[in-house]
Amino acid sequence: MANDTKKILTGPVVDNNPVILQVLGICSALAVTTKMSTALTMCIALTLVTASSNLLISMIRNHIPSSIRIIVQLTIISALVIVIDQILKAFAFGLSKELSVFVGLIITNCIVLGRAEAFALKNPPLASFWDGIGNGLGYSAILLIIGFVRELFGSGSLFGIQILALARDGGWYVPNGMLLLPPSAFFLIGLLIWGVRSWKPAQVEKPDFQIQTVHRPEVS
Amino acid sequence: MSASELKSAGGPLASILALPNDSGKKTIFMAVAVCLVCSVVVASAAVGLRPLQIANQEADRIRNIVEVAGVGRPGQSPAEAFRDYVVPRLIRLADGTENTTLDVATFDIARASKDPAISRALPRADDLANIKRQPDYMPIYLVKDDAGGIKSLILPVHGAGLWSTLYGFLALEGDLKTVSGLKFYQHAETPGLGGEVDNPNWRALWNGRVVFDDAGRPIVQLVKGGVDRTAPGNESRVDALAGATLTSRGVENLINFWLGEFGYGPLIERLRNERG
Repeated sequence: MANDTKKILTGPVVDNNPVILQVLGICSALAVTTKMSTALTMCIALTLVTASSNLLISMIRNHIPSSIRIIVQLTIISALVIVIDQILKAFAFGLSKELSVFVGLIITNCIVLGRAEAFALKNPPLASFWDGIGNGLGYSAILLIIGFVRELFGSGSLFGIQILALARDGGWYVPNGMLLLPPSAFFLIGLLIWGVRSWKPAQVEKPDFQIQTVHRPEVS
Repeated sequence: MSASELKSAGGPLASILALPNDSGKKTIFMAVAVCLVCSVVVASAAVGLRPLQIANQEADRIRNIVEVAGVGRPGQSPAEAFRDYVVPRLIRLADGTENTTLDVATFDIARASKDPAISRALPRADDLANIKRQPDYMPIYLVKDDAGGIKSLILPVHGAGLWSTLYGFLALEGDLKTVSGLKFYQHAETPGLGGEVDNPNWRALWNGRVVFDDAGRPIVQLVKGGVDRTAPGNESRVDALAGATLTSRGVENLINFWLGEFGYGPLIERLRNERG
């Protein structure tokens, strides 16, 4: 059992990462990673939502009619997200203003619904809970890596603390403004996918089409 | 707890839970039950946390006023700076006179706009800011300098952008026509495009802009493609936001609306006449 839990928990971080292998949750990965502080808040919020929605859905999984299962899952997820949004507004007002619509958009984050549909509907509550935490951690790992690169090289700071002295304040570092724009997150995710698949070739998908070699002797 | 255990426990709940999942009765029961439980959870979170959220919003509003006013000694909290330097007043928009019967500290612009007793519906032709209803009274903030004189005047403004109503503060210098600050404290425009109304570099473009012509009409313009700030005739122009035409147009309209005859126009004329 302990071994299983560990596997459920650590599997999604590298071997079955929701962002770079399943390519889910890309929208928010672009949007909230310009700063470490927003990325971290988003990670915590998403991990909590995925874990608790998995737990709750798994608890009633034997009673969810299959004809309305998606809407039941979405209702539970939405309720949890709104509660988290309200909590952020009450205890971290500044952060909730910066995250603006993106906390609400956790509702439509494919990772949450994907885990509920793929795991929580078929597994007992405790395992589902750990699966939610594990996938949240996998998502967090990617977001924090991207956030680290984007904030460090885009603004020269980490968590708002200046690390590299900026040229406009008399330092030496000219920040790369492109890193603060959404496309840079695509490039970084692409590089991460390349890196991880070179390290673990098992993740490389088979090509959908095989280009046939042409055997035509008359063409020299 | 499995279905069979529940059945043995008896009761109407157990008999419904024991139904096959795909039966119509159980489908409706599950839908209603999930909705009920979720709505209770959401409602209690919203109601229970509201006092904290209102306190946060109030603190945020004060912080924004103090920021736009540019006052406060180093190390002073926004609330202290507000107390020391800012004098709130509630004024009647129609003639710019002060109202002392309503409490300015608790006056809520959005709520007042909905109260038929203290607001009016704007005819479409007059409604430049696209706000539909306008309160009869608005809070304004007089900012004192260290000597106690009036340094600037802060006017709350709001109007429709692309997705949302933008709420902000416009600060005018003592000459009542030069901008000394603009900040929106509440909006839901597209992050990165219209959301750039929050960008400090763009907000700084407003400082020193002249909002009235010689006849006292508001003439703010947001211009695409950059503005040569020093060229003659460009004193009232500000560079529009890239990729946010509708938000920029909304900002231009709401500033001109609030500085015009239906907004703070009468108040500003009154203040000008008082000064002679």
